[in-house]
Amino acid sequence: MKPFAYARPATVAEASRLLGRGSPAIAGGTDLLGLMKGGIAVPERLVDLSGIEGLRGWSRERGAGLRIGALTPLVDLEEDDRLARSLPIVREALADAATLQLKGMGTIGGNLLQRNRCWYFRDEAFPCWLKGGIRCFAADGESHYHAVVGTDAGCNRVTPSDLAPALVAHDAQVRLASARGTRTVSVADLFTDPALHRREEHTIRPGEILTHVVVPEAGLQRRGTYRKAMDRKAWSFALVSVAAAARVREGRLRDVRIVLGSVAPIPWRALEAEQAVEGTTVDDAQARRASELVLRDAVPLKDNAYKIPLARELVRRALLRLAGA
Amino acid sequence: MLGPGAADVAFEVNGHPASVHVPPHHTLLDALRDELGLTGAKRVCDEGTCGACTVLVDGRPTYSCMTLAVACEGRSIETVEGLAHDGQLDPVQQAFIATDAYQCGFCTPGQIMSVVALLRANKAPTAEDVHRAVAGNLCRCGAYPGIVEAALRAARARRR
Repeated sequence: MKPFAYARPATVAEASRLLGRGSPAIAGGTDLLGLMKGGIAVPERLVDLSGIEGLRGWSRERGAGLRIGALTPLVDLEEDDRLARSLPIVREALADAATLQLKGMGTIGGNLLQRNRCWYFRDEAFPCWLKGGIRCFAADGESHYHAVVGTDAGCNRVTPSDLAPALVAHDAQVRLASARGTRTVSVADLFTDPALHRREEHTIRPGEILTHVVVPEAGLQRRGTYRKAMDRKAWSFALVSVAAAARVREGRLRDVRIVLGSVAPIPWRALEAEQAVEGTTVDDAQARRASELVLRDAVPLKDNAYKIPLARELVRRALLRLAGA
Repeated sequence: MLGPGAADVAFEVNGHPASVHVPPHHTLLDALRDELGLTGAKRVCDEGTCGACTVLVDGRPTYSCMTLAVACEGRSIETVEGLAHDGQLDPVQQAFIATDAYQCGFCTPGQIMSVVALLRANKAPTAEDVHRAVAGNLCRCGAYPGIVEAALRAARARRR
């Protein structure tokens, strides 16, 4: 790593003033230090958020939903039995998210804001589009782990976060605070729409700090489940993941969300499949029909067409699990 | 504000106060090995995937290669060097010997620290609990059966 200065502010306001270009935030550091060691991030100053009080732990208040501090370590969320009763999908999504060490160091805020794992992006020898270059090297390169849909900007990265699809399926939001004030955006809108051709993965602005994840009451009324395919049995980034959630009454699904991870640059809603099962009781034939609507507009690269049947099968299993079949 | 030059960082290492003079871009692993001479934690992948550098920070198993030394100000660090007391190895270390839970031994200090943390939180772990605890510690010799047996054996020894 190249030398840099280091600040550990005690408040959000102080941190916000220190943040900026060349001066990024660090929390658990499990992603950022990797980028710095690889020469992809070369900060002049790190702003360590870990000294800010009040951003760890979670609470649930009647009518106000669930509020999780952004600095809460992932393992604390995974192992919390009370949280698993309020929002069981979090434990499911974290089970294979990373090693125990990484889950003890990494935070929920950092998990959502981690950068993509594309090997061309992470190799400083490749001046790819996302890093300011002119082309995507995965488009005609090694594309096993890359996107099959939503690649309008020509960038074939995928979202690696396990929590992002799970939280989108429950309509979760994030609070973004800065010296100028606080705004709330949906987790879905935290990710940059590829169609906008912005060379950024997230919509958080310079000087802003992700302080909380909030799951509104309506999101908590849904039953949710997370399914993940990996290329080995122990923890790994997903080949494809699926978060599905719905209000379930007498086997009938309402407010259905089906969100795919690791298939697109953003958590990807399978809208046609959602509509196909909305208001229905799902049996195996119904789940299979709905799953066949998933990724119909996908355009796979050389090595990643396998993601399409994989996503469909995970959706089928997730829907059956939701319906209790 | 610290750096980019070296600054004093004070923390506790194996129960004793320690101070290092390091620049912000040095990791906890750098500080332990190069400043304090504690070479039990190993530098292998140096990118947070192999677990050979695992130490406990405030009791949590942590990749010291992915932790900045300056971020450890005031924290409690435990390394494999701190486990033995009065010339007696820790029961986890004894169990690793008894079950021959290594071949080359390079991953062993990290494995042991992960098992120590597990046994503090869980007095009667199952084999599955041990798998989860050491899944972040790669052993390329394939000594996992011995490692799992060692953890279960150490847990039994502690309960006795």
